Amino acid sequence: MIKVEIDGKACEAPQGSTILDIAKANGIDIPTLCYDPRLSPYGACRLCLVEVEGARALLPACYAKADDGMVIQTTNEKLERIRKTLVELLVSDHPMECQGCSKSGRCELQRLADKYGVTESTFTGEVHEYDLHRENPFVMRDYNKCIMCGRCIRICREVQGIGVYDFINRGFKAVPGTPYDKPMQETPCEFCGQCISTCPTGAIKARPYEDRGRVAALDMLRNACAYFKMPEEDMMKALGLEGWVTRTTCAYCGCGCQLDIHVIDNKIVEITSPLMVGSGQGNLCVKGRFGYDFVSSSERLTKPLIRKKGKFEEAEWDEALDLVAKKLSETKKKSCPDSIGVFSSARATNEDNYLVQKFARAVIGTNNVDHCARL
Amino acid sequence: MEKECACSNRFADVDDLGPLEEIIEHYGSEKGALIPLLQEAQDAYGYLDEKIMREIAKRAGYQLSQVFGVATFFAQFRLKPIGEYLIKVCHGTACHVAGATQITDEVINQLGIEEGETTPDNKFTLESVMCLGACALAPIMVVGDDTHGKLKPTKIKKVLKAYAGPGGPEGAEGDDAE
Amino acid sequence: MSDNGNGHRYKVVLGYGTCGIAAGATAVKDALEEEVKKGSYDVDLDIAGCMGLCFIEPVVEIFDRQGGSVVYGDITAKKVPQLLEEHVGKGQVIEDWVVKKSEDPEACEGDFLANQLRVVLRNCGKINPESIEEYIQIGGYEAAKKALTSMTPEEVIDEVSTSGIRGRGGAGFPTGTKWGFARKSPGEEKYLICNADEGDPGAFMDRSVLEGDPHSVLEGMILAGFAIGARQGYIYCRAEYPLALKRLDIAIEECHQKGFLGEGIFGTDWSFEVKVKKGAGAFVCGEETAMMASIEGQRGMPNPRPPFPATHGLWGKPTNINNVETFAAIPWIIAEGGEKYAEIGTEKSKGTKVFCLAGKVRRTGLAEVPMGYTLRQVIFDVGGGIAEGREFKAVQMGGPSGGCLPAEKLDTQVDYDQITAAGAIIGSGGMIVADNRTCMVDLARYFLSFTQDESCGKCTPCRIGTKRMLEILERICEGKGEPEDIEKLQVLAGDIKDASLCALGGTAPNPVLTTLRYFKDEYEDHIFNHKCAAGSCPALITLRIDPETCTGCAACVKVCPTDAITGEKKEPHVIDAEACIRCKMCLSRCPSESIIAE
Repeated sequence: MIKVEIDGKACEAPQGSTILDIAKANGIDIPTLCYDPRLSPYGACRLCLVEVEGARALLPACYAKADDGMVIQTTNEKLERIRKTLVELLVSDHPMECQGCSKSGRCELQRLADKYGVTESTFTGEVHEYDLHRENPFVMRDYNKCIMCGRCIRICREVQGIGVYDFINRGFKAVPGTPYDKPMQETPCEFCGQCISTCPTGAIKARPYEDRGRVAALDMLRNACAYFKMPEEDMMKALGLEGWVTRTTCAYCGCGCQLDIHVIDNKIVEITSPLMVGSGQGNLCVKGRFGYDFVSSSERLTKPLIRKKGKFEEAEWDEALDLVAKKLSETKKKSCPDSIGVFSSARATNEDNYLVQKFARAVIGTNNVDHCARL
Repeated sequence: MEKECACSNRFADVDDLGPLEEIIEHYGSEKGALIPLLQEAQDAYGYLDEKIMREIAKRAGYQLSQVFGVATFFAQFRLKPIGEYLIKVCHGTACHVAGATQITDEVINQLGIEEGETTPDNKFTLESVMCLGACALAPIMVVGDDTHGKLKPTKIKKVLKAYAGPGGPEGAEGDDAE
Repeated sequence: MSDNGNGHRYKVVLGYGTCGIAAGATAVKDALEEEVKKGSYDVDLDIAGCMGLCFIEPVVEIFDRQGGSVVYGDITAKKVPQLLEEHVGKGQVIEDWVVKKSEDPEACEGDFLANQLRVVLRNCGKINPESIEEYIQIGGYEAAKKALTSMTPEEVIDEVSTSGIRGRGGAGFPTGTKWGFARKSPGEEKYLICNADEGDPGAFMDRSVLEGDPHSVLEGMILAGFAIGARQGYIYCRAEYPLALKRLDIAIEECHQKGFLGEGIFGTDWSFEVKVKKGAGAFVCGEETAMMASIEGQRGMPNPRPPFPATHGLWGKPTNINNVETFAAIPWIIAEGGEKYAEIGTEKSKGTKVFCLAGKVRRTGLAEVPMGYTLRQVIFDVGGGIAEGREFKAVQMGGPSGGCLPAEKLDTQVDYDQITAAGAIIGSGGMIVADNRTCMVDLARYFLSFTQDESCGKCTPCRIGTKRMLEILERICEGKGEPEDIEKLQVLAGDIKDASLCALGGTAPNPVLTTLRYFKDEYEDHIFNHKCAAGSCPALITLRIDPETCTGCAACVKVCPTDAITGEKKEPHVIDAEACIRCKMCLSRCPSESIIAE
């Protein structure tokens, strides 16, 4: 353990902790943009610069490891002035059309611009004009809003192990992108949407159902949050909409990733994953993030169907279950228990699946049990 | 001087992967050899074609994004073929103070192309480069393999004319820094 | 070379570095070879690196058997037959062609060398850089042998610490201390890197050393590798230096043949290898962490420090990085002793420093002087003052990371601390002299456009901040500056310095800050009066013809792209200010210098 002093507060932390780790653990807020706890530190946005007594220069809190006895200041006039300048510089090359941006309310740059009272930049000059990338149904990229934090590149490389993106060109002309600006479907991309989950601004966003009214409602809600500077939960409470976000466990496989299901009018509009919670730590795959349209699909079975005269007809549960029980008993009696096989679903819970195998073994008396874990 | 261009047919055709094969074999096992791989491939093919970069990524075990990222970071790498003569106008400090901007302007004026472009007849490609370290001869310009020093805008036309005809420079020895 | 080898009466040595070749040394070489083959001269031909006499290249030095020598400048192929015939054939020195030493300041090119003290450049221009034998003959590799066979690594580090030498790459960190850190850093595998990515525009001393004396750098690296415990060295050299790369390859090969590199050097159990890594055109790769990223095959983007390379360097291993000039001085320090080196220089800056004199100075070239010389001594005594008899205005030191010092600072001593206090930096040693026709706002704009162009784009202040500064400066140069621009520049410059990730961004505002400090009136002149007194910024000048001196030769008429110049033949001409686009083509063409930009 090491002992450091942050803003006059004595803190203790394990050896090897970064200044930011310790500050966070002690409830001290240091602004960041290129930081994501899931990724290796990068030290590029410079928002988290702090002053360390005796150090020759300001240090990025996300990158610099704390030494025993360090005396650290996370805020003072100079640091705040620098942070404001940095936000102004970023804003000078970022379209401040937050009202029309679905990231509004969750945008990290917007939050900082609010904090430092930056509505437009005092530095005017060349701004980037990139084409929008809407070439696939999952990910939409708008690099005019990119702040070059490199999080999309790092998450794809470090967490997914794929490497769809890298920076292209250098200096002011640098921008993340695919080789030769190819559409993502022509890259090894698996459409996990992890880049969406880490992008701090509206540069990379989820596309599914983006044009549906419910998503627009969600955007409105978030815009309102941003406008009134209220956290989403508080806003929902104020509007009597507690049920809008539901935390649950992903049902696709056994990993148990945590999901936040955003629901409007009893329909899912988006799925995100809470950072550093549960086994997924905020990471999701393509199924967990995008595979939810079945939930309110018109083709989804909501009532049992019974085939009568070669045609499926809707039935009541009692009728259907009675029929199944009858047929199973007949088959078991006529042939033998092993003539029956039971097949369950990976999308059912562990408890349900336990019951299914119990039913197969104890009630029917067969070991012919399987389920479709390979979704 | 390093051979930069001179004549387009001295480069291998991008459909012939033979030369690349040798380069990859040479660097195959070396740790962190991406930059020398790209440098040698460019020396062999004159530029880095998409096909070449894909092959390097596949064979030497890099992600294409990484290869492309590195190739677009360094000024030396070219993604497009160049003309027969590469014109490099030095914009180091000494050359700047001595009027390198006017030299570039005059080349642009004479050839009708912008920096980084190639003339329609594939004769010249114009580039601005950083200090070539021959500051005493400022301003300087390198055409193909020849260095032309102590230039004036009014001399450009004559210098370029010597290369414009078919079959190489006429009387345009690089050593005319009188 | 005092001994001319094969017992011939004379030895003719041609300066064959990039400068010389660009000035026509290849033609001279061909002519020399041809003449020697044709005639029956009692002579040996040899080449050497650059002597640093860039202003009179190509240079030929003729040695006699007694060790005397004569240096001829501005030699062309045409002059070669006469040179050989007179000097080698008849023993007659051609006085008119000799680089003179005399009291006459107008003809004192020889003082260029006489006023220098050459430690780093001790062999440049004297030995054939492609021959290890010549290097050994003058005592080369003795220092390495002595250290490896009779000293401990700690003793080598002590000797370097005693010398007081500070890193010549720009930051000026004490070399001995740096080696000590790398030595003490835990780990079996360590790396040594020679930074030969000389990127500052206007600095070419590293190139000259590599071209003229590559073995001294290799010997320095062998010593450093032994001292810190690294068995693998890299030389990261710019690809723009093909001759330096070629000579390094030759030198490394020769070392292997002699057993100075490889396994069991000098019969000891120490082994050391050196590999050359060719840069690919990115100025930022001169920065340590970016250079290591590039060696590892990544985009050359810097990483924050700490952790420092001494503990987490190349491939995460302890790594020590020094500049070419530093390594070249090390064998001298080990051979002559650290104390002797420490006798040269000032209290806190020891030894000598090589400067590249360029710009509007009369004698451009390499000037190695003891630390503590004043700027005036370097520019006027060595450099011969301002070219074309114009007036000194400023000296830009340290390239894009440095600053501009005005005439009142000419008596500042060259010393890390004094130059820094004055507002510039020693940096890598570029000295660009500006005269009264150089616009300081434009010079600041130039340097910023350079750093902006070379910014890697990783951190916000450098990527966007320097871009916005550049845009302000461009506006000022176009006559569209606003009164608040000066303050805006100052504030933004301060924040960029404090917040940038690496030294490229951290020092990028320096040229702007020092020109604001010493030449604020020029900024104000641009902004408030829309005038560029130096006659440089096209949007702010008018061109006119002096009717007193114009001869009416009409040379300007022919080159004017907008037909703005008119006049009767042999009568003074006039420029139509409306039609003139201020391209200055006429200015460079006018034989009587009658065209005035103001």
